[in-house]
Amino acid sequence: MNLLKLKDISKIYGSVKALQNIDLQVSQGEWLAIMGPSGSGKTTMMNIIGCMDKPSNGSVVLDGMNIAKESAKSLTNIRRDKIGLIFQQFHLINYLTALENVMVAQYYHSMPDEKEALQALERVGLGDRAKHLPSQLSGGEQQRVCIARALINYPMLILADEPTGNLDETNEKIVLDIFKQLHQDGSTIIVVTHDPEVAEEAQRTVVLEHGRISRIVRNEK
Amino acid sequence: MKKQTMYFRMIISSLIRRRSRMLVALLAVAIGATVLSGLVTIYYNIPRQMRQEFRSYGANLIFVPTGGDSAINEDEMKKATELIPAEDIVGIAPYRYETIKINEQPFMAAGTDLEQVKKTSPYWFVSGTWPAGSGSVLIGQEVADLIGLLPGSSFTMTGTDSTGKGFGRDFTVSGIVQTGGTEEAFLFLSLSDLEGLMGNSGELDVVECSISAPQATLEGIVRQVGENVEGVTPRLVKRVADSEGTVLTKLQALVYLVTVVVLLLTMICVATTMMAVVAERRREIGLKKALGASNQSIVMEFLGEGLFLGALGGLLGVALGFAFAQTVSMNVFTRSISFQPLLIPATLAVSIAITGLACLIPVRSTTDVDPAIVLRGE
Repeated sequence: MNLLKLKDISKIYGSVKALQNIDLQVSQGEWLAIMGPSGSGKTTMMNIIGCMDKPSNGSVVLDGMNIAKESAKSLTNIRRDKIGLIFQQFHLINYLTALENVMVAQYYHSMPDEKEALQALERVGLGDRAKHLPSQLSGGEQQRVCIARALINYPMLILADEPTGNLDETNEKIVLDIFKQLHQDGSTIIVVTHDPEVAEEAQRTVVLEHGRISRIVRNEK
Repeated sequence: MKKQTMYFRMIISSLIRRRSRMLVALLAVAIGATVLSGLVTIYYNIPRQMRQEFRSYGANLIFVPTGGDSAINEDEMKKATELIPAEDIVGIAPYRYETIKINEQPFMAAGTDLEQVKKTSPYWFVSGTWPAGSGSVLIGQEVADLIGLLPGSSFTMTGTDSTGKGFGRDFTVSGIVQTGGTEEAFLFLSLSDLEGLMGNSGELDVVECSISAPQATLEGIVRQVGENVEGVTPRLVKRVADSEGTVLTKLQALVYLVTVVVLLLTMICVATTMMAVVAERRREIGLKKALGASNQSIVMEFLGEGLFLGALGGLLGVALGFAFAQTVSMNVFTRSISFQPLLIPATLAVSIAITGLACLIPVRSTTDVDPAIVLRGE
């Protein structure tokens, strides 16, 4: 069953065609990687899938709803209810502790639950760092807080933008292990990456070039 | 955990952990609130302080006999003075004037309550002492020059009483009074001494009142006495009452103007600081929106931070403002002022309102932040 279906998507900024005629389907529980050089349209595609932008043409159906036609307010609600975002630069709120950063996502979604937020941190191995501020955490730990925050509301789709881009090898492995576990648990994951090793962990890799899908690779693992 | 608890936790954390930036805004609000509460305290205390200052310029209300009546009797004086609020009375001095002679030279003697005269005419300069009891008089400088009397000298006062019979009595000069006015041509003795000489009592030519009250109250007293007490005509001493009113109006207008200017400057300072705060937190705003925060949520968070600063600055302002007003009052009027409890909620309300107003434009700009900035790595 398809969770996400992009049909004939184009995005045009003035005279620049950021995306052209993209067709892509992502099944429920699938792990998909999106690769491509800078300027290939990866970020534009992430913005559209993540309900932060709308395509100029085409339809984006997420969980049966064409999000290309929704209002900005409605897109905010969809983002809040169905999507978990993981960022290359972590984007933790610097004046809140790790635990509070996770609870912020709960706060906007429904009701903050300290116990549940702590469990999410324990799940990524940071139960003992809950009261620490982002400035007191390493890059790998910050990324794990970011993952805990993305997972706290049980999203249908986890959207990760270069999740290992700022991490060393050890932390990259820790994060990928978490992704593997999430995949095994049935989560749908889309990862944008430059790193072929990260992309290889996904079931399929979509390669973008000049705003078009140049090829789709099915990975062996 | 309730949503409100998390809301306050986020606001407090933001203010405490980002204190260097927020201290600037807090300082602006606190200074504004200090000046506001200080000036409002002074604004309400100036009339009281100034009225007390003006009381040193003499009586501001006099009672004179009506029409052809030759004198005010004691009952009429009592009725008239009862219409003056007791807490506003500084002093009430009744006067009876009679012509007497010293060494066959005629002079005007004023019988009065000399203790009350000290209160109604504190500007009198007395060489020697004020009369301590019966048999002592205060003489004007002009009289002293004419008959060559000094404090401690004795003289005989002669004249004709109310029945046409002659009298003569020895008095001692206790002091010589200088006022720079017509009083220097008078002799002042106790009313009972003069009544004793004249052989009758209860006939007053004028009653001088020094009242610490605003112009409107004085006019109210004049109206009431005029309507209710026959035989007494009340008159405001325009020279004193008018200048008092003019000075107070101008001072209050000045305080009002300064307060408005300071509040405007506070608003500009808070608005500028909040504008900078919003600009430097664009990424955080984008992140919150990416996590699903509505524009309303973001606005409420920033507004909450602003209003909290307003409340905190207001509280600081109440305390510092009172200290400021007290210092000004002690230095200018050499009198302490009383704390007005109503000033706490009033200053808090104005500080919160001013901060809220100053935050409106910066906070409104948070709605323009695009959540996609978090993916662009800006």
